[in-house]
Amino acid sequence: MSWFKDWTWPGRLQDKGIIGMNRRNIRYIGRYNSRRLYPLVDDKLKTKLLAQEYGITTPKLIGTVSTQFGVKHIGDMLTGHNGFVIKPAKGSGGKGILVIEKVVDNQFVKPSGAHLSLEDLERHVSNILSGLYSLGGSPDVALIETLINFDESLMAYTYEGVPDIRVIVFKGYPVMAMMRLSTAASDGKANLHQGAVGVGLNIATGEALRGVQFDRPCFSHPDTGHDLASLVVPQWDTLLNLAAGCYEMTGLGYLGTDMVLDRQHGPMLLELNARPGLAIQMTNGEGLRRRLDLIERQPDGVPVAKRVAFAQHHFARKSELTETPDTVTASA
Amino acid sequence: MSRLPFYIIVGLLLVAGIATSVHRHLQFEIPWIPGEQRQVWEVEAVINFNAQNGPVEVDLALPSHQNGFRVLTENTASSGYGLAYQADELGRQAQWTIREAAGSQQLYYSVQMLVSPDARPPVQTPPGLRTATPWESPYESAASQLIDRAWARSANNETFARELILDVNGERQGENARLLLTQETPSALIVRLLNQAGVQAREVSGLLLEDGRRRQSLSSWIQVFNEPANQWSLFNPMTGEQGQPDNLLLWETGGRAVLEVQGGTNSRVAFSMLTHHQPASAAVRNHYSEDTLLNFSIHSLPLEEQALFQTILLIPIGALVVVFLRVLVGIKTSGTFMPVLIALAFIQTTLLTGLIGFLLIVAVGLVIRNYLSYLNLLLVARVSAVIITVIAIISIFTVLAYRMGLSAGLTVTFFPMIILAWTIERMSILWEEEGPKQVLIQGGGSLLTAVLAYLAMNNPWVRHITFNFLGVQLILMALILLLGNYTGYRLLELRRFKPITDDEKPS
Repeated sequence: MSWFKDWTWPGRLQDKGIIGMNRRNIRYIGRYNSRRLYPLVDDKLKTKLLAQEYGITTPKLIGTVSTQFGVKHIGDMLTGHNGFVIKPAKGSGGKGILVIEKVVDNQFVKPSGAHLSLEDLERHVSNILSGLYSLGGSPDVALIETLINFDESLMAYTYEGVPDIRVIVFKGYPVMAMMRLSTAASDGKANLHQGAVGVGLNIATGEALRGVQFDRPCFSHPDTGHDLASLVVPQWDTLLNLAAGCYEMTGLGYLGTDMVLDRQHGPMLLELNARPGLAIQMTNGEGLRRRLDLIERQPDGVPVAKRVAFAQHHFARKSELTETPDTVTASA
Repeated sequence: MSRLPFYIIVGLLLVAGIATSVHRHLQFEIPWIPGEQRQVWEVEAVINFNAQNGPVEVDLALPSHQNGFRVLTENTASSGYGLAYQADELGRQAQWTIREAAGSQQLYYSVQMLVSPDARPPVQTPPGLRTATPWESPYESAASQLIDRAWARSANNETFARELILDVNGERQGENARLLLTQETPSALIVRLLNQAGVQAREVSGLLLEDGRRRQSLSSWIQVFNEPANQWSLFNPMTGEQGQPDNLLLWETGGRAVLEVQGGTNSRVAFSMLTHHQPASAAVRNHYSEDTLLNFSIHSLPLEEQALFQTILLIPIGALVVVFLRVLVGIKTSGTFMPVLIALAFIQTTLLTGLIGFLLIVAVGLVIRNYLSYLNLLLVARVSAVIITVIAIISIFTVLAYRMGLSAGLTVTFFPMIILAWTIERMSILWEEEGPKQVLIQGGGSLLTAVLAYLAMNNPWVRHITFNFLGVQLILMALILLLGNYTGYRLLELRRFKPITDDEKPS
């Protein structure tokens, strides 16, 4: 019986409007995301150039490496930059992203405090070029971007890494959002399956709704101990408008947008995902189904601002963290 | 976007798959379950004659499908002769021809007959009544007396034939019969008398099957056409017994000569025979079939290619298991169809040896790959190095196993080395990036999938069905298409999303 306690019935998931992997793949990704548009989001370099074209702010590009010959020159490229991020253009699921927080005595320091030599960086870039992290192992390009100086108000909610905000944009409407806070368990990466904390966000205000780590509820950051209930994302409306604008930019109907908040530049687009995961439902404590059904009934061709307002009006919710967290703990 | 065309395609695939399978089951008597034994008779006919320095034409009557027997395969051996099979309503014939032949000649024909109680001959057509040759004066009255007496004591064609046989050959043999027998052989006489009385009858040749007999000749039998039943009844011309003995193979039923040789003398045909039991599947493999679309079968291929296909046709089963586990259960595997290839290797190695071998190779490979990662190599070079490592590991294990007298260890060579190398590479990266837990989850998922695929593919019933019923491939296709359309939850998602449903519980 205790074994059975971890499981639920399909009917109960259905009542909650939870979308499963199969439904996401067939009903939303298969139907709304045209294959030929995938390269726009699978290649971060293309996304970046396209975003510049559409006036969507992204982290500044230091340079790209596209040949093994060029690997030897990354030392020159990096001089003068104190913090930077090396990522594969076609990587998926955060694979192959190397964050260097500062440079001390020609040693590159990761957020975890680990020191890397220039040879380590060259090996990493070389791996990226040979396609180790890319989909299907095809040859790839390495991007080097400036490190984001993320907003101080969010500092207390993260351990080592940059907290990013995932907004699911369906047919141009922001339908659900969460913030991903890196933890010691996730090695400074904001990937939920690696142990980052996911915090569901109220679409109306950017306030925290609910926290989840390893798919199980959590109420404070495991490393900093900071209460999640007080988390509010600043410049929320700007961020939503930016995310919703990615629909026009890519043409993809079911899109995961990853945003960050920079101290100087405000909300920035980090990357796009044509196959966004389903964990956002866990962090929000709500299924996507009802919201997607509502959006599917809306007409096409509505301007960005009106779409954002519509979403903020219809998808507003109350936080589960502030009210009576005790009852939730008791039932969990 | 209508799903109707999709369901029509799935429906068509299902119908076509089931229909061809059922057709094969009914038409060729391929059982649904393996392991049934069938009796098969191998009969060899040897034709001997002396050729006369000129063109030779040899016609040999051949057996066809008939009551109790079904032709599986036939072969001939006849160096230098042209060969043609001919068939008409009177039966089948083999015709050997040669432009120039001299001296003693030998021609061989062998046939495999499957004993199958419900086999039926092709549709029977009543032959036209042959015009009876009139008798010379003393024989004329003897013949009509014989006919009259038998006629009076009988009620229909069959009883008439029986009475006539008894009068000619039996204890009641009288002077009339003895007189007529000076002119004709008993069977020929009986047929001639039957025809004279207006009864359709013919003399046929049959072979009494007895295991291991050699240099047998055909015996004469009499068939009488039974008009109401529209079929031939068989009589023993010596005893008048009606019905075909179980061990009688009818060789020639058209009333023609069994062997005709032009351009040769002293011709004779002798038969030897052998029986053996073989599994139904093997008997099926030898089925003699015409080249029509519905009979389209890989069993027409040479044995070697058939063995290859036996494995190839199992792959869709493995694919179905993978689709099932990934779509309905949600198991993570390393490489989508890697488990199927591992399962194929398990078939060769047997499960336990395969599992031990796989774990040993991957474990040792991971250790060596871990060292390779310090060498800072390019990806392709590194994977190639891992491939060589895998080959080395396999060689060492094989030699070790052989030295220790473990013959089972020799089978590790069946593992697909490139696939293993990629598995090691992926696992190693997974270990570096996500830690050993993910390696265990994905590696365990792959192994579980491989074991389940192996169990499905190695099941004797599945092997029998996939190999003998090609229509099953269409059914598998339809099932996979249906699974590809499934939008419901995966089994493991019921656990994953469980915390969400907790909130609704009254606390």
